[in-house]
Amino acid sequence: MLALRPRQRIVSVWLPLWATDRLRRELGDAAPPSDVPLILAGRDGSRRVALAVDLAGRKIGLSVGMPIAKAQALFPGLVVMDARPDADREALERLALWLQQRVAPIVAVDGQDGLVLETTGTDHLHGGEAAMLRDVVHRLQGAGFTARAVVADTLGTAFAVARTTKGAVVVVDPGTCAEVLSDLPIGVLRLPPETVSGLTDLGLTRIRDLENAPRGPLALRFGDGLARRLDQAYGRVGEPIHPIRPVDPVMVSRNFAEPIAAAETIARYVGLLASPLCVELEKRGLGARRLDLMLHRVDSAMQVVRVTLARPVRDSKYLTRLLSERIETIEPGFGIERMELFAAQAEPIEQRQRVSALIEEPTADLSGLIDTLVNRLGSDALYRVVPLESDVPERSVQRVPPLAPVTEASRGPDQWPRPTRLLSKPEVVQAVAELPDQPPRFFIWRGIRRKVKCADGPERVFGEWWSQDTERTVVRDYFRVEDTNGERFWLYRAGDGEHGETGSQNWFIHGIFG
Amino acid sequence: MAAPVTPPPLDALREKIRRMEGRLGHRKAAAPLGLPEIDQKLPGGGLPLGALHEVAGGGDDAVNAAVAARFSAGLAALTGGQVLWIAKKADLFAPSLQQAGLPPTRVVFVEVESDADGLACFEEGLRHGGLSAVVAEVGRLTMTASRRLQLAAESGGALGIAIRRWPRLANGADFGQPTASSTRWRVSALPSAELPVQGVGQSRWLLELIRTRAGESGVFEVEAGDGPAGLRIAGAPPPSTHRIGMVAALGY
Repeated sequence: MLALRPRQRIVSVWLPLWATDRLRRELGDAAPPSDVPLILAGRDGSRRVALAVDLAGRKIGLSVGMPIAKAQALFPGLVVMDARPDADREALERLALWLQQRVAPIVAVDGQDGLVLETTGTDHLHGGEAAMLRDVVHRLQGAGFTARAVVADTLGTAFAVARTTKGAVVVVDPGTCAEVLSDLPIGVLRLPPETVSGLTDLGLTRIRDLENAPRGPLALRFGDGLARRLDQAYGRVGEPIHPIRPVDPVMVSRNFAEPIAAAETIARYVGLLASPLCVELEKRGLGARRLDLMLHRVDSAMQVVRVTLARPVRDSKYLTRLLSERIETIEPGFGIERMELFAAQAEPIEQRQRVSALIEEPTADLSGLIDTLVNRLGSDALYRVVPLESDVPERSVQRVPPLAPVTEASRGPDQWPRPTRLLSKPEVVQAVAELPDQPPRFFIWRGIRRKVKCADGPERVFGEWWSQDTERTVVRDYFRVEDTNGERFWLYRAGDGEHGETGSQNWFIHGIFG
Repeated sequence: MAAPVTPPPLDALREKIRRMEGRLGHRKAAAPLGLPEIDQKLPGGGLPLGALHEVAGGGDDAVNAAVAARFSAGLAALTGGQVLWIAKKADLFAPSLQQAGLPPTRVVFVEVESDADGLACFEEGLRHGGLSAVVAEVGRLTMTASRRLQLAAESGGALGIAIRRWPRLANGADFGQPTASSTRWRVSALPSAELPVQGVGQSRWLLELIRTRAGESGVFEVEAGDGPAGLRIAGAPPPSTHRIGMVAALGY
């Protein structure tokens, strides 16, 4: 069974201070300052207790579940507000939908303060798992939320690591769940509190202890929920995630009487789903920017194919072709019993005139090609390079998305010759040169000694003191040199050849001319 | 002489071959390099569009392919449209491409992880039809792969340039293997002409046209300037007088 389970990658996002962070964001300027402890009060039977405590409150020793009267008696300066669990839940669902549009097709709310995402096969669109998680956490932090994101093979592991780690972003490598879990406390296994306290009484405090203990007696005492949670965390049994859906999704689905598995059959049904989806999109005047094809397998596992589009599209042939290219990534297992095609992100289609004057050349529409390549290689792999106003060569260019509007460069080609290849990191060369401003007589690069026949320079580049303090006095003197074989190199000396504070006076090679 | 002008027999034969290949409607256009010495060796008086071309650097440049990239940028700039540039190692410096006549508005870069990905993108780009040139930096290029690329280029009409770039100098022997490309070039740097003052002169290249389908091969010494192609036969006088000299040399 184990080998048949498809490889999954699950992200658990934990927002430990969700309720208080959300309230502060909602109140905006009217919110209490962040150094004033804030607790949210709710009813537990007849008592008023703290349901949420913010970071400042936790620092001074307040905790969730503490009676309000006690907290107020201990710390008279704190702010007490009413908890609104419904609003918290609603906001969490909105956040889940937002993540669904931007990060991964399957997103669900996990408890009061967490989200789970299945990102299998979608991380390449964001430049890898670590980059994807960092992006999510940065965006949440930018909005004022404390967040941690962990990706692992199973939901149980991701959940447990998210609740115990100190770092904001953790990537648990595939196949290492067991090692990561063994040392963690049993409190993060999503067990009922009474089970946890019962197990602690028995002296079982680590997941490793639980894993090594005999199953029978434990199941007899605590029920089979315990074994199931453990197996889910280790990935021995599956755990389906029920994705959240917007109120009126643009979605079409098809159930199969007999499970399908062949690639050709899947491709045919992709085509049959794409046309009604495009009809639906047309009714609403929309085009798809992100498209999720969800395949429900008979063993309750789900496979997802996500494609992104550079422009809103509702051409069913084109969408079918894009999806069909990814069919090879699907593992149908025992068969697929249901297929859903969902426009996760749809935008109004803007009609544009292609040529506005007779003398204008029609520009080729590259968005189709760019979609194909982006879905194959990831969005970071395609770019245009535009010049930036900087004299430091490695900072003088910037990557922009391929369809971003690019204006003609302000700096024309009348500047000094630039090398065709720029080394990603300048390499040290041994060189002999007359001080202060003569080009080197010879230099040794990668073990080859090259005699300089002629040279142009120096072209002095000053450090950008306005961007970094350490660059206040830094100087580079660039020379274009030609060796006796006719090969041309771009060398520079770190420093002006006279003053020690301008650089180390070492020679570097930075580029190769064509 | 009043004899009727008959087309040369070679042209008639080419027409016949084209008819047999079923490409009659798709007569290939060519982009002249602007140097009659080179253009007359190429079929159709210029670099055939809708075809695959190979460019490799000579000597140490087999590893860096700096000269080859600059030369290819000049060729791609001749076509006047959008260019896709596929590379495994993103060490191309865009300002240099601009000096070769390829401004940022015209180039989309693709960074790939493997040669296989690169070739797949290369084919996709050539087939698309909206691009005027596709440049890819590839190492190994088998006969099968090059034939696919050549067919893709014929169907899309774009200029395909494979810059052959190997991680080690020793792998450069691979360039001897046959491929289906229309032309093969090897470009190596030559010492520039001595200037009367201190400084570096125009870069000078040894341009070896190793193979041309339906054309001749040749070896040229050229000087490279700015702008599309921007080539000049080395040692020739500056452009204004150069044209007259060239025309005279060809006996027109």
